[in-house]
Amino acid sequence: MFLINCPYCGERDQQEFKAGGEAHIERPKQPTELSDDEWAEYLFMRKNIKGVQFERWNHAHGCRKWFNMARDTSNDEIKAIYKMGEKPPTQ
Amino acid sequence: MTQNLRVKSSEFIDETNRISFKFDGKTYYGFKGDTLASALIANNVHLVGRSFKYHRPRGIMTSGSEEPNAIVQVNPNSNITEPNARATEIEIYEGLEASSQNCWPSVNFDIGGINNFLAPLFPAGFYYKTFMWPKSFWEKYEFFIRHSAGLGKSPNARDPDIYDHRNIHCDVLVVGAGISGILAAKNAAKNNFKTLLLDEKNELGGSTIFEENENNKINHNSASEWLKKEINELKNIKNLEIKTRTSVAAYHQYNYLLARENLTDHLVKKDKKNKIRQRLLKIRAKKVILATGALERPLIFNNNDRPGIMLSSAIKKYSNFYGVACGTKNIFFTNNDSAYESALSLHNKGIKVEAIIDIRENSDAKIIKKINDAGIKIYWSHTIVDTRGYKRLSGVSIMKLSNDGTSVTGSKISISCNCLGIAGGWTPAVHLYTQSGSKLTFDEERKIFIPKADTKEQISVGSCGGDFELDEIITNLNYKLKNFLNINKTDFEGIALENDHETSRRNIWLLPSDQTIGKTKPFVDYQNDATAKDIKLALREGFRSIEHVKRYTTTGMGTDQGKLGNMHALGIIADIAGVKMGELGTTTFRPPYTPLTFGTIVGRNVGEFFDTFRRTPMNDWHINNKAEFENVGQWKRSWYYPKEDETMHQAVQRESKAARMSAGILDASTLGKIDIQGSDASEFLNRVYTNAWSKLAIGKCRYGLMLNEDGMVYDDGVTTRLDENHYIMTTTTGGAANVLGKLEDYLQTEWPELDVYLTSVTDHFATASLCGPNSKKILNKIIPDLDLSDVNFPHMSFKEVLIDKIKCRIMRISFTGELSYEINAPASYGEAIWQKCIEAGKEFNITPYGTETMHLLRAEKGFIIVGQDTDGTMTPIDLQMDWIVSKKKYDFIGKRSLYRSDTMKEDRKQLIGLLTEDPNIVLEEGAQIVSELNQKPVEMLGHVTSSYFSPNLNKSIALAVVKGGKNMMGRKLFVPMENKNISVTVANTVFYDEKNERLNA
Repeated sequence: MFLINCPYCGERDQQEFKAGGEAHIERPKQPTELSDDEWAEYLFMRKNIKGVQFERWNHAHGCRKWFNMARDTSNDEIKAIYKMGEKPPTQ
Repeated sequence: MTQNLRVKSSEFIDETNRISFKFDGKTYYGFKGDTLASALIANNVHLVGRSFKYHRPRGIMTSGSEEPNAIVQVNPNSNITEPNARATEIEIYEGLEASSQNCWPSVNFDIGGINNFLAPLFPAGFYYKTFMWPKSFWEKYEFFIRHSAGLGKSPNARDPDIYDHRNIHCDVLVVGAGISGILAAKNAAKNNFKTLLLDEKNELGGSTIFEENENNKINHNSASEWLKKEINELKNIKNLEIKTRTSVAAYHQYNYLLARENLTDHLVKKDKKNKIRQRLLKIRAKKVILATGALERPLIFNNNDRPGIMLSSAIKKYSNFYGVACGTKNIFFTNNDSAYESALSLHNKGIKVEAIIDIRENSDAKIIKKINDAGIKIYWSHTIVDTRGYKRLSGVSIMKLSNDGTSVTGSKISISCNCLGIAGGWTPAVHLYTQSGSKLTFDEERKIFIPKADTKEQISVGSCGGDFELDEIITNLNYKLKNFLNINKTDFEGIALENDHETSRRNIWLLPSDQTIGKTKPFVDYQNDATAKDIKLALREGFRSIEHVKRYTTTGMGTDQGKLGNMHALGIIADIAGVKMGELGTTTFRPPYTPLTFGTIVGRNVGEFFDTFRRTPMNDWHINNKAEFENVGQWKRSWYYPKEDETMHQAVQRESKAARMSAGILDASTLGKIDIQGSDASEFLNRVYTNAWSKLAIGKCRYGLMLNEDGMVYDDGVTTRLDENHYIMTTTTGGAANVLGKLEDYLQTEWPELDVYLTSVTDHFATASLCGPNSKKILNKIIPDLDLSDVNFPHMSFKEVLIDKIKCRIMRISFTGELSYEINAPASYGEAIWQKCIEAGKEFNITPYGTETMHLLRAEKGFIIVGQDTDGTMTPIDLQMDWIVSKKKYDFIGKRSLYRSDTMKEDRKQLIGLLTEDPNIVLEEGAQIVSELNQKPVEMLGHVTSSYFSPNLNKSIALAVVKGGKNMMGRKLFVPMENKNISVTVANTVFYDEKNERLNA
């Protein structure tokens, strides 16, 4: 059970949160211009990496805000938490 | 009964408090402070159970939670009996009843014992190998296997006890109250850390508290006396909470630990009453100090499982702590110095120790001299090659070990004894440490796995960290604590320490015998009857991964999870495979450390607290009017209102007819309602719904379909424009929370530039839906001032009105195809407005109807229910709802996916209507649909999604999804059922009032 530091509320138990999959996948601005393959790439393809992964999380049973998390999927270490729209940490 | 083995009075046992208990139907006596195990031993009862596979007689082996053999059934004659309780952990109380497991008809004469002689027929993987063929016989095998398998018997009545959960937040959690844990907790609390100290036993002090070795001294006192003073001081320390009888079950990431606190199991029946039995502690600690100690290892030799063969440390605890001798003629078998301490403890109490057998060549520890002075014979470089005695150990045979330790030489010596203490060294209890995700490292020299590294959040101290000798424990503890807690000094820094040091080591995982391995039974996992032979066989058969060997041989898979023998299994594998143990790794240590009751896990979340129910403001009215309820998500919704002895079918037919003939009323309060405000609200709706919203006039309503980005229908509902920048959206009952979540997601992450605010107002409004040709007249009686003409208040429009000075919203919308009004009143006014409608509707025989009638009425009109007629694979096109998909809008959620090659296929499953040839046959929802009856294999074209007998059409109607159904109008298909094939014809999805004339009737 993670202890997640919501950027708006502070440290809370994982059960207050909902995971929302890979982060930084922007919805295409002009979907109609895309080929089926390009659209499928946006729609279905996710990296699911072993190591540091950037993810979306939602404080669903709290402030309801979405934010991003850099998490090492091999040991579940939360490396960083940052707000929506902010750039992922380089380290 | 005599307590002939009680040898000394003990400060931990209250001999003034005599307690009677029953074991296997026989009454025995013990004292307050005894465990079931110590009391049985005091009564000279060693045979307490039969082993799992071979039904061999087994006795008590240990004195703690690691016990593999002495697992018993508590309250065996009750229907709330508890299986697999460890006799070594059960504290006796007046009236306790327990019995042996795995034996029939009795532990003394067990028919299954024949398996012992058939043992050659039961090798590792026996079940996998034997019951594989012939395949069709499995059901027959299963019957017999089920009857002979399993440990103990399950209770078959509802658990009457109360359980509880508690959340705890602390600065420092100390697990284990041995000498290290006590000193750690004391110093943490003294330095203002909010500290919690837990121990699974009922007494603090671990193994030091009953230590009698005169060579171990702290501050020139005996270690046990010094520790007792320390424990005494704990009472006066602020910030320190101590919980005994509390076993930590799991150590999860981020210092989240689960512990089971046992509150009443040791009490007599009347004191248990109305009290919480066990409590699950959910602990989030800033820092965790593990002081879980070490478990003594057995030695693996031929027939090492007879009743009377025990861990050397357990014998010491029984004699020093409980004042009980485990045998009258004792032998110890060891590979280290600790057995000599146990032997001396017995000797000093006048209990006979016949000999000590040591596989080492010698030892120069100080204690050896004392043993020699006591006249106890030591056999150096010897091993036990066999043991005797069926229900109780009667003797051992020993031989000299060869230099390389792989064989025995010389002649056999036979020694008689009735108790054998085995001492195979110590295994640090690293279970919790590894559960936390931390890694182990193997100490080749001492043959132990120890924690690889401490962190800022967690340290392991004492023997669980690999420190076994007193000076080493205290010195390292001092150093570690100062760093971990960032303090300058501990209160025990520099204290005088004296103790023995172990200098000589020899480790042999599987001890040799004069017989070939095939003829021996060296048990590695006592509970699961896995022997070293089984492990060897598994390796011979090609198993290499230790996880595979574990599952194939079942080593370490019992309720004790192989706490005793797992290391030997690893050692034997490493020896045979010729790899180093450090490279081999360990099997995964999984929670819980000791078994948990289901009661502890669920706590208070049983019965009515199992899940939360949501009830509408009109709920009491529904109950008073005999409604049957159905669960929709967490909501309790009225399903139908049976009159007198009506069946459900009769009630629904009556309700459905009434709603179309005159007037019906439905509680629609559960529909999700989302209040949408902001200057970009219209643009937002444009993006989330498939149809256009910009031109919707204020005061008008519109039905909308919401897709997922993959083009599949996600939710639907009517949205009303209340004002220029203000909408109220309705969602399906079950989808409300998810829709809000999804909309928030898009707003916050994809379109943060939009000025839109979403608020869930589902609970704020109660909704009464009036329906039927007389609904207008009823509404007119309630609000005479409101002009209800079609010109002023047409279909799909909204009015805000005052009813009894209460602001209500009325939408003229219809889910039944009839003229219909939905009155939304503030929730607190819900029941009153409902009553008002019922009163006003009396002259029109207004009929309350539930969800079943609602479903029937909408099916007559071919309106879909998301989640019933759709299943996450249906596009609006599949549903024949092309009309609601805007061609003009540049984009909306899911639009691009509607043009993927897959979603555009002609032969996708599409929604159609079905009429049965015989109008009286009602299809089963979920039934498969085919076009050919004789085709093999038959092609499944689709399935029925909704099906009813329509009282208004007087025939059966159904909705279904069928491959390429759109182009099958009028085609004959079949619904094959168990006894018959039902002929059906593909029809339009709208069965009733195709021209929508009744909306303005």
